[in-house]
Amino acid sequence: MTKLEYLPETPSQTAGPYVHIGLIPHQAGFDIFEKPFGNILAERNTKGERIRIEGRVLDGLGSPCKDILLEIWQANAAGRYNHPADGQTDKPLEPGFRGWGRTGTEFDTGLYRFDTVKPGPVIGRRGYKTMAPHVNVWLAARGINIGLATRMYFDDEAALNEEDPVLRMIEPAVRRQTLIARRENRDDGVVYVFDIRLQGENETVFFDV
Amino acid sequence: MSVPQSEFIQRDRGQHPPGFSPGYKTSTLRSPRLALWSLQNSLSEFTGPVFGREELGPLDHDLLLNYAKTGEPIGERTVVHGRVLDENGRGVPNTLVEVWQANAGGRYRHKNDTYLAPIDPNFGGCGRMITDETGAYAFRTVKPGAYPFRNHVNSWRPAHIHFSLSGSGFAQRLITQMYFEGDPLIPMDSIINTIPDPAARQRLVAPLDLNAAVPLDSLAYRFDIVLRGTRSTLFENKLQGN
Ligand SMILES: [Fe+3]
Repeated sequence: MTKLEYLPETPSQTAGPYVHIGLIPHQAGFDIFEKPFGNILAERNTKGERIRIEGRVLDGLGSPCKDILLEIWQANAAGRYNHPADGQTDKPLEPGFRGWGRTGTEFDTGLYRFDTVKPGPVIGRRGYKTMAPHVNVWLAARGINIGLATRMYFDDEAALNEEDPVLRMIEPAVRRQTLIARRENRDDGVVYVFDIRLQGENETVFFDV
Repeated sequence: MSVPQSEFIQRDRGQHPPGFSPGYKTSTLRSPRLALWSLQNSLSEFTGPVFGREELGPLDHDLLLNYAKTGEPIGERTVVHGRVLDENGRGVPNTLVEVWQANAGGRYRHKNDTYLAPIDPNFGGCGRMITDETGAYAFRTVKPGAYPFRNHVNSWRPAHIHFSLSGSGFAQRLITQMYFEGDPLIPMDSIINTIPDPAARQRLVAPLDLNAAVPLDSLAYRFDIVLRGTRSTLFENKLQGN
């Protein structure tokens, strides 16, 4: 018998209370890298509807967590990911748009923000069933032993959300609502409000991806 | 760029700490109580951000020099090196590795760290690099000190370096910690003990690697990291229904 030789994945560990030092040092209180990563995904000329994503991350008692690291990964406005494995070559890539950003909830308010463009619909698993526009969200922090993955959908895309192959499988259906951000038209632009509930009432759906 | 053409192998959650780990008190309010929804990978999971070497500065990976103001930081000069592999045993090239740590006294350069050990004016405590074509990485630093934290009254973290791995797909994203061989604080640490399997815990303990030490300069430790591998898809299902 041949023994299968797969290596086991390295175990996860909490990012701890000082995650900012490594990943967003400015929030820890100092600047060190010439080109730090941040929460502004779109440049001035990036095509698409300019949006802000804003929200809080709430613990099991409903208190805002003020030390959470969040990252987002999204397609461009045409619905294509800036990655060589995205074979949707009928859709254009957007120069200068990586589709990824990183930030932390603020120490005083607990709010996080991303400035980006609204993604377009993306072809579904193995080319089947289009997925409604969504932003992939990953978070890590003190007290979180392994990063949590979720998705943010848009409440003004009801028809596409209705057909989305991921939202559709979530039962009970009421839990799908935890993934849908609320559009607000504010004086300074369009904001989608997306609160994430780590535990308890209306707990956000997290995925084993 | 390593391009996953298929989905990732299902994550073996038994290798990882459960979200709810009462021995690590902060986890009790920050862990989901409901089951995770299993999600078969689509483009959203097996694609991920691509980073280029030109985005990093020439000293970004050198913690001895990247925040040096009046001289070099105090502490044991240390090289940490290894390879980022996937579960199939292949190197993960061109992937972003970010590290952060306390200084030699166990103090972090962070506005929320109030431990009485002093800040080192020449030590930032973070670095970043991109793996080479074989998945190899290396950086220089000082060995971090142990520090206390408020889990129990007398809880101490063993010396450790935090690692963040980007991978080539967003579903490979991983944050972990590296420990140093021989540290007597490891067996009683509440954080490493969130991992139930002793063999899995052991994989976070980097052995001393005298062979990679720089004579008359720095000791070295070796830390290999394994990210999720891709599944073989030899016979595909016909796409129907659903
Ligand atoms: Fe730490």
